[in-house]
Amino acid sequence: MRVTRSSSVSKAAMAVGLVVLLVLVAAPWWASRADLRLMGEIYLYVSLATLWNLLAGYAGLVSVGQQAYVGFGGYGFFALAMLAGVPVLVALPLAAVAGALVAVPVAMLIFRLRGAYFAIGTWVVAEVFRLVAAQTPALGGGSGASLPASIVKSLADSRDLREAMAYWLALGVMVLTVGTVFLILRSRRGLALTAIRDNELAARSLGIDIWRTKFFVYVVTAGLTALVGGLIFLQKLRISPDAAFSANDWTAFVIFIVVIGGIGTLEGPIIGTLLFFALRETMAEMGTIYLIALGVVAIAVMLKAPTGLWGVIRARTGAELFPLSRRVQGIGRPEG
Amino acid sequence: MEWLNAILQGTLLGGLYALFAAGLSLIFGVMRLVNIAHGDLIVLAAYLGLVISAGLGIHPLLALVLVVPAMAGIGYALQRGILNRTMGDDILPPLLVTFGLSVIIQNGLLMGFSADPQKLQAGALETASLSAGGLTIGVLPLLMFVTAVAVIAGLQWMFYRTALGRAFRATSDRQDVAQLMGLNRAHVFALAMALSLAVTGIAGVFLGIRTSFDPSIGGSRLIFGFEAVIIGGLGNLWGTLAGGVILGVAQAVGGQIHPSLQLLAGHLVFLLILAIRPRGLFPKMEG
Amino acid sequence: MPDPVLSLNRLDARYGDFQALYGVTAHVNEGEVVAIIGANGAGKTTLMRSIAGLIRNAPEAIAWKGQPIGRLRADQVAALGIALVPEGRLLFPSLSVEENLIIGGQLGRRGPWNLGRVYELFPILKERRNQQSTSLSGGQQQMVAIGRALMSNPELILMDEISLGLAPVIIKQIYDALPGIVGQGMAAVIVEQDIAKALSVTARVYCLQEGRVSLEGRSDTVSRDEISRAYFGM
Repeated sequence: MRVTRSSSVSKAAMAVGLVVLLVLVAAPWWASRADLRLMGEIYLYVSLATLWNLLAGYAGLVSVGQQAYVGFGGYGFFALAMLAGVPVLVALPLAAVAGALVAVPVAMLIFRLRGAYFAIGTWVVAEVFRLVAAQTPALGGGSGASLPASIVKSLADSRDLREAMAYWLALGVMVLTVGTVFLILRSRRGLALTAIRDNELAARSLGIDIWRTKFFVYVVTAGLTALVGGLIFLQKLRISPDAAFSANDWTAFVIFIVVIGGIGTLEGPIIGTLLFFALRETMAEMGTIYLIALGVVAIAVMLKAPTGLWGVIRARTGAELFPLSRRVQGIGRPEG
Repeated sequence: MEWLNAILQGTLLGGLYALFAAGLSLIFGVMRLVNIAHGDLIVLAAYLGLVISAGLGIHPLLALVLVVPAMAGIGYALQRGILNRTMGDDILPPLLVTFGLSVIIQNGLLMGFSADPQKLQAGALETASLSAGGLTIGVLPLLMFVTAVAVIAGLQWMFYRTALGRAFRATSDRQDVAQLMGLNRAHVFALAMALSLAVTGIAGVFLGIRTSFDPSIGGSRLIFGFEAVIIGGLGNLWGTLAGGVILGVAQAVGGQIHPSLQLLAGHLVFLLILAIRPRGLFPKMEG
Repeated sequence: MPDPVLSLNRLDARYGDFQALYGVTAHVNEGEVVAIIGANGAGKTTLMRSIAGLIRNAPEAIAWKGQPIGRLRADQVAALGIALVPEGRLLFPSLSVEENLIIGGQLGRRGPWNLGRVYELFPILKERRNQQSTSLSGGQQQMVAIGRALMSNPELILMDEISLGLAPVIIKQIYDALPGIVGQGMAAVIVEQDIAKALSVTARVYCLQEGRVSLEGRSDTVSRDEISRAYFGM
């Protein structure tokens, strides 16, 4: 009897994925500047969606305040690069670490709340972060700050190279994020998470430390979200409290993406992001209507097909692109 | 004297926060549902008040006569049509659906009314004040506070002295067994939501009279209501009033220290209470 | 031969993913008191809950006075005049004793039972009317649960293990009151672990064994042997 993880579909998907990845790395040579920008945006949303999904779909921690860490990462990066003179490529990971560190006391506070109250608690935290940022004159206070040209140039000399660097950074962050989440889910901890998600009481009776597991997931997610945040605002070249901590941009869209794509699966956020951007490019730039439409679709999905688009596909075909579930092979048929 | 005045203003403001919170507290008590769209529904009520009072040329407080039943109807339809389908053991559906509703309402209002700040005109009431012992008490804040106390007293009376209140308590205790009594669960939940939004209607109109509003402020109203509930303790309506007052006073004192610290002071007091008394000051039930 | 008021027609009931009843066919006549016996896990409570509408079934699997009610909600079933005294009493903790009784009469159905009569039947409850219902002793809580069901003036009362966890003297007290409860033409289904008790107060008995009806007989003529075999599935 063996426990295997891959199926033939997931093996094929992995191979295809590798090829796709190589093609994407080469993008600065075959894509236009606008396409590079778009792809970079997609990678960052895939990252945010994957992280939110880990938190909510796997650990059961529904946060509507992840913008706290997006903004924290952005401001952290700006502070390190502008005020402390740290090189860009060092400032980004440092901002991520800072995000993870600040998540520790935050978690200790808001883990006292459960369910929907936890969710609103995360919102309060985001508000506090926003208000504090608006009170910090060194980072521009309420009106924000712009990244000085010198720092921008330090990334690379030519504009083309800078665009390429920003693109590669985004791609790298996405691979790092999805890879990390994948490894977590594949590990013992990941199994614990699935057990917790399916039945918390049973999981606890098996000796799984629920609090520690959730805490770990929360802190790691915060750090990686901060990393994405730092990168977002490196690209925007400008940061302000409202943009950094925008619930619409960093939470509403992300949640809708994950719900529609398929919550609780690794493939869901990716599919959801692709769908989101495909729709956005075909619809004219109508932010408000788009949000309403997405909201309606997300509600409909939640009521009628809670496993989302990927959930429906997987139910029909049994396909799994990421080898995550464990199959037991080789059990003989029972007698009689 | 300024400090005393600030504390007084904060206390009265707490009445408004308690009104924000009462509806939230009610539906959590009856059906363990937290409505993330609650704040946006308060704003919706304010816009409803605007449309009705401007359209009929009547005073906003008079418009309450129409706003409250309208909001109650919206609440009943919302619960029966959509939210009842999310009730169950899984926490994700109600959370995500009410989140979606929040975004839809906010953006719907944005589309309908633009982002321009609006205000309900209450005429002389807005500036009228009473003097007592060197303190000036605004008539409007006093009215808000008294209304909040009356609403909470009314809700308590309803809960403990009427058949509807019995039905709410029984359904909250044991949904299944309540059905055995002939209570249609879907209907009871919808009535609770209708009542919650009726209170929200009052809160929204008062909000609109007190400050200018626009579609985006729903989120922070929800947070104030939520903080009042948590500070006061779950399942206790009078506790919610106390929570609202504490929040209002914290904000007022913070604002007295420095105007930009007003909101932050409220949040910090909330976080402090969460840290040292996670169940709130006067809890009556578990989260 | 009176017509059955309640009939079960090949009822297959599920409890979550698990099937608890297999093709249960039984009936209760007007004014009749019927017993359901069986070991733990035999499906007795699932049967009670199915009749009461807490579990949804195929419409024709359960019929009340000829009408299919298998798919009805519990509140709809209650309105028809079927009341359940649930296993474990399940009183409302937030309500006082009197409030538990009052809410039992929520439907406002006409009949001989009202608050006064319930207090006559169980005088101790009147003394404790304003106490929190769950602060009473087990036996008293059982009285409240029965009284609550009676307040709806049902035509059929279902009693699920009312002697569970009670001292023998209390059980006797409650069973002595049974004739006064069902005396006026009310039909009843009594689920009981205590076989002797069950047989002593009922006209007919069904035995359930692993979700199936293993015995149907008259309470006064059925033999010990038959019951043992049916109970344990031998």
